[in-house]
Amino acid sequence: MIRIKIVVCIKQVPGTTEIKIDPETNTLIREGIENIINPFDAYAIEEGVRIRERFNDGEVEVIALTMGPPQSREILKEAISVGVDSAILLSDRAFAGADTWATSTTLAKAINKIEDCRLIILGKQTLDGDTGQVGPELAQRLNIPFIGYASSILEINRNKMKVKRLMEDRYETFEINLPAAISVVKDINTPRVPSLRGKMKAKSAEIPVWDAKKLEANEDEVGLSGSYTQVVKIFTPKIKHEIKMIEGSPGEQVEQLYKELKELNII
Amino acid sequence: MEIKVNEETCTGCSLCKKVCLYDAIEIVDGKAVINENCIFCGACIEVCKLNSIEITGLKEEQKDFSDYSGVCIYLEANGGRIADVGFELVSEGKRLADQLGVKLSAVAIGSSIEKSALEAFQYGLDRLYLIDSPVFSDNLDDIFAKALVQVISRYKPEIFLAGATWFGRTLIPKVAAILKTGLTADCTGLAIDEEKKILLQTRPTFGGNILATIITRNARPQMATVRPHVMEKKKIAKGERDYKDRIEYIKIDESKFKSKYKLLGTEKELNENINITDYDVIVSGGRGLGGSEKFSMLKELAGLLRGVVGASRAAVDSGWISYPHQVGQTGKTVNPKMYIACGISGAIQHLAGMQTSDIIIAINKDPGAPIFKVANYGIVGDIFEVVPMLIKRLKNGKSLV
Repeated sequence: MIRIKIVVCIKQVPGTTEIKIDPETNTLIREGIENIINPFDAYAIEEGVRIRERFNDGEVEVIALTMGPPQSREILKEAISVGVDSAILLSDRAFAGADTWATSTTLAKAINKIEDCRLIILGKQTLDGDTGQVGPELAQRLNIPFIGYASSILEINRNKMKVKRLMEDRYETFEINLPAAISVVKDINTPRVPSLRGKMKAKSAEIPVWDAKKLEANEDEVGLSGSYTQVVKIFTPKIKHEIKMIEGSPGEQVEQLYKELKELNII
Repeated sequence: MEIKVNEETCTGCSLCKKVCLYDAIEIVDGKAVINENCIFCGACIEVCKLNSIEITGLKEEQKDFSDYSGVCIYLEANGGRIADVGFELVSEGKRLADQLGVKLSAVAIGSSIEKSALEAFQYGLDRLYLIDSPVFSDNLDDIFAKALVQVISRYKPEIFLAGATWFGRTLIPKVAAILKTGLTADCTGLAIDEEKKILLQTRPTFGGNILATIITRNARPQMATVRPHVMEKKKIAKGERDYKDRIEYIKIDESKFKSKYKLLGTEKELNENINITDYDVIVSGGRGLGGSEKFSMLKELAGLLRGVVGASRAAVDSGWISYPHQVGQTGKTVNPKMYIACGISGAIQHLAGMQTSDIIIAINKDPGAPIFKVANYGIVGDIFEVVPMLIKRLKNGKSLV
């Protein structure tokens, strides 16, 4: 029987759609923002589950992995409710403040502890950090191939996969050996909603917590201490914006717009 | 390492709690208390008027980086041509190099790219490292990473910049990981700290709602990717001069550059070569368009302006147009000279992908649509009336009034 483990790396993020800016102080107002599963990671989870469904029962195990504060347990439960088999939470104060490098260090250490992991799936980027760097850095740490922006997995077996990636203007299809890591774009699938059975399973699921000690991680190599980059200033962009509303009948509006653009030498 | 609140000075004003995006601050007995959700982002430190919050215990090793010097740019090639973002970065690199009083170099890797790469000298380049070999005719991440690492390790630039293209965003993190140094993604602003002579890397996070300035500590080179069209390319020298004496041809042992990736095939999206970030004009359609057939009207307008059609997520999700046209946080970030938003309400994720366009024109029937908050010209009206009239005006050259 084939045994394949797939690790899906996910992250809890503040839902940015609700962020408002206080016009007086030009600062963000956090009130009412809920923590959510990074939207891009939903596609990674779904793809992991879909790969399992291509095989016979019991041949593939899908494990969700996240690094974050204890409350990140919630998104792991969510992952289980949509079909992930088990989940691991990497949580330790020492992990906090990690840049993409220190994050990939921590994830690599955890993945090295998971025997027989053949494929790692990530979302293409997170909603908060927005870098898309953890995937390729993680793959490099593990010395395995990485395909970013995967839009379709054409074939997969224990040793190889055929995967299509989306570039700005084209698709490229690659064959790579496993183990490997991929990050997925949203047109790879449509994530399912949790089933009742899934919700029950999530409710009772035991989620192990791995800390720095369990990962045999030195405090200097994880979190902010283990990061090569550091945020020195955080600020909201100054909005200096003026709009010219063009009034009149549609014909007059178009005519005035045309004149304005002509003056600006744009047309 | 920990983050501490000075209880003597904290007044419990809760400003820090308001700005914390991670639910990590509570006010207990009139003082701010930081809990385990904290990710050390520093937003609270920035906002505190009384300087009551600080991160302590961060070990700073004093490493000697004196053997690293100069600014180096990666000139990414696409189909035998250097992508424009490379030249934009040469111009930006020139500014940074001059400020530091150091040399500006670039590295180009590809197949038959010498002629195109030479153009970089017109933007102020001092030296070009050229790796030109048929093994680099396809974008195979691992061998490109290997070649870049060889060049960077040999010439040791203090700053290394690359375009945040989709290839760059997968390739450069690999390079940074091999070199064991930091990398800041998608920068929109770069500056030199005059005193410390280090690179200040500013980038948007949270979909453009926040800007963060980042430094590279304890490692070199200081690496960053920069979004296309953000920096301006400025020609400062003529093309007639023969710059061959400033090229270093790097010979590689091709047998050592065997990729682990096997490229089986390339398909152009919808048989058309569409990369909307390449265009100076984007005419975008959203939910207000109501169907795929209506996009032909936008295509016609885009054609007249020598531009391309873009779309909001709503339009793509409805299946009216394909994903490569999508602008926004889940699609592409664009910075054209002119962006015309037709029937797009302007969700924050969409605005994140286009608000840095030079001129934004919004046409929408709802005067309260958020798109008007970022637009330079606003027309409240029916796109099915306004757009055809604009097409007519551009075609006939005759006044409509």
